[in-house]
Amino acid sequence: MLSRVANSLYWLARYLERAENTARLINVNSHLLLDLPTSVKLGWEPIVDILSFRDKFYETYDVADESSVIKFMVVDKEHPGSIVSSISSARENARTLKEIIPREAWEQINELYLFATENSADAFKRRTRYQYLSKIVLANQTITGLLAGTMTHDEAYSFLRIGRNLERADMTTRIIDVRSASLLPDVENESAAFRNIQWMGVLKSMTAYQMYRREVRVRINREDVLEFLLLESRFPRSLIHAIEEVERCISELPHNREAVDKTRILRTQLVNAKPAQLSQEKLHEFVDDMQAGLIEISDKVTETYF
Amino acid sequence: MAIRWGNYKVSHLHDELIEKAGKPRDYSKDLCEYLHALSDKEINELKVASESAIHTMGITFRVYHEEEGSIDRAWPFDILPRLIDAKEWVEIEAGLKQRVKALNMFIDDLYNDQKAIKDGVFPADLLKNSKNFLKECKGFSPPHGVWAHICGSDLVRDDTGQVYVLEDNLRVPSGVSYMLENRQVMKRVLPEMFQKYNILPVDDYPSQLYDMLAEMSPRKIEEPEIVVLTPGIYNSAYFEHAYLAQQMGAELVEGTDLVVEDDDCVYMRTINGLARVDVIYRRIDDWFIDPEVFSPDSLLGVKGLIRAWKAGNVALANAPGSGVADDKVVYAYVPQLIEYYLGEKAILPNVPTYKCNNKEERDYVLENIEKMVVKPANESGGYGMLIGPHSDKKEHDKFRKLIKADPRNYVAQPMLILSTAPTMVGTKVEPRHLDLRPFILSGKDVKVTTGGLTRVALVKGSTIVNSSQGGGSKDTWIVQMEEK
Repeated sequence: MLSRVANSLYWLARYLERAENTARLINVNSHLLLDLPTSVKLGWEPIVDILSFRDKFYETYDVADESSVIKFMVVDKEHPGSIVSSISSARENARTLKEIIPREAWEQINELYLFATENSADAFKRRTRYQYLSKIVLANQTITGLLAGTMTHDEAYSFLRIGRNLERADMTTRIIDVRSASLLPDVENESAAFRNIQWMGVLKSMTAYQMYRREVRVRINREDVLEFLLLESRFPRSLIHAIEEVERCISELPHNREAVDKTRILRTQLVNAKPAQLSQEKLHEFVDDMQAGLIEISDKVTETYF
Repeated sequence: MAIRWGNYKVSHLHDELIEKAGKPRDYSKDLCEYLHALSDKEINELKVASESAIHTMGITFRVYHEEEGSIDRAWPFDILPRLIDAKEWVEIEAGLKQRVKALNMFIDDLYNDQKAIKDGVFPADLLKNSKNFLKECKGFSPPHGVWAHICGSDLVRDDTGQVYVLEDNLRVPSGVSYMLENRQVMKRVLPEMFQKYNILPVDDYPSQLYDMLAEMSPRKIEEPEIVVLTPGIYNSAYFEHAYLAQQMGAELVEGTDLVVEDDDCVYMRTINGLARVDVIYRRIDDWFIDPEVFSPDSLLGVKGLIRAWKAGNVALANAPGSGVADDKVVYAYVPQLIEYYLGEKAILPNVPTYKCNNKEERDYVLENIEKMVVKPANESGGYGMLIGPHSDKKEHDKFRKLIKADPRNYVAQPMLILSTAPTMVGTKVEPRHLDLRPFILSGKDVKVTTGGLTRVALVKGSTIVNSSQGGGSKDTWIVQMEEK
């Protein structure tokens, strides 16, 4: 398999996953804002922060209000991290992969791009936003399903999964980091209901709420949420699941010693840290370590195969 | 309001489907009846269905020099197919095979013994001034003496119904993927007609192409490594490159994916390290293919590729240098070349062609330029031409000067009245001019596509069919009629 092709597959999956996660995140934030009292200033800035785009954002926009953040994160073509840009990059990669990925998958990616660009105005109105973003999430799930169900699970497929899961792991750590930090101190004095709503938001932005309830059953609380999102290896969007997926996929590739080692180290680090019990400050450090580890894996994959 | 064939104008020319007003040809009767029975609403639905199929299937082509955002256009497609009787096709197919055989023998001769020149069949000075003759290929002969493995010849029909070859494309002819995709779209849009008619299939082409390429492999192994070499996604034919690679299950590579090592073998960079390549279906022009031999600043090609090819370690299709026969002056000699190499009369005639390097013919052209189409020897895509009847005196004078300054570079042909076929304009049908590009594969055997890509001028009265200049396309049906 061509190195260039492997590289494109990897990025195709990353871009798609990024678009999907961003869509989830914005959808949840929109809903959360409706539930929280106005005194709790959750606002839209955390979205920009989660994705580490603070500097980039303030280059073009003055205030992080609803419409500017939506513009920046959903439709801004100048901003490579926006949903439309991510989908467009995914499509450009897919275009060079038409001979590799199943035709239906290309058609879906193409349609997703057309849908996202042609209907981008829907993102601004609260009434239509939910549907617009949900459709993006759903289209991505369709693509993932099509790839899983119609593509030979060979090396090409492994590169897709590596890209998808590294992106997913990255996003999980980001959401936990910023969302838990933005649980403002004064919220402690507010009623517990609102505190829980925020943790619920974290779960929902990763579509983990329902699965969490099935698994944990007790009231939502920080420790259990962290435990679930970081260490529940049976939940497909948890950090440990993503890392294990990456490890499995790399194991099937040639010349994989060093890259596999990197994933094992990170996995051990994750389990040993008992992250759910960490204080807020320590948790932030831990997340930083995890992200550094993910970058190391990504670099190793790039160096070995692309 | 439905389609009224009685209002369809067919006087003074040959129409592919309609014999005379209100009377379809035998083989198009069923189709015309079917269309006649459709309401405007239903016709619109068919159009919408085809557009949405093209849209979802992502069938696009690229137009250069357009602003970003419009570089990928949906493939312009007319839902009315063009029909050809299978009995007539047999003859055309034989003519094309004969022609390409002779052309390959001619190319092989030019790079080796040059018998045709010694025997006075082809003038030596024409070769001397040929832009596409590669001296690097002298004394070389690819397996089976085949240079142009893939050829796309353009056919037209005049007002008497006679079919002519208009030109032969022996460098990197494109369009075959659109021929295949058009058929897919039609199957979604007019499934009823596929039950009604016995339409010869075209889907076989990718496997025939694969077999032909595999046969060329210098290493006699079970599964030779075949790649399609593309200039990249910004090339106007990238869609086709990717499509063919996908259909053949071959790797689609760019120049930077390949490397020629010290052993004069070609390798591609894979996740496993370097892997040997046996056959390259290259879609890059000669001049960019190897910076070591040709254009040194080419970023598209592969350094050392010609070295590897001449060492016999890799097969290239089409062979570098085959473009020497893709020259409108060479074209003028093809009927004689067929007689010379094969000892047969040409089955398919050329459009009568005046060679400006010949004094008598040149004088005739200069005197009658307002009636003629003047073409430079080595342009493609319809560029640099004079269409006499559609130009003014200033243009005529300009081309007279150009011809006198460089007679070898020009040929001229009388203006043909091209045939037409019914084409959708809104919910009505109107006649539009068209041509046909069949594709001919030459390996051990020669194979011709059943039909080809029909290109149609979408502008009323226009004869410009190139998609880069606003032309469209139609599905081409070779229909086998039941004997009555």
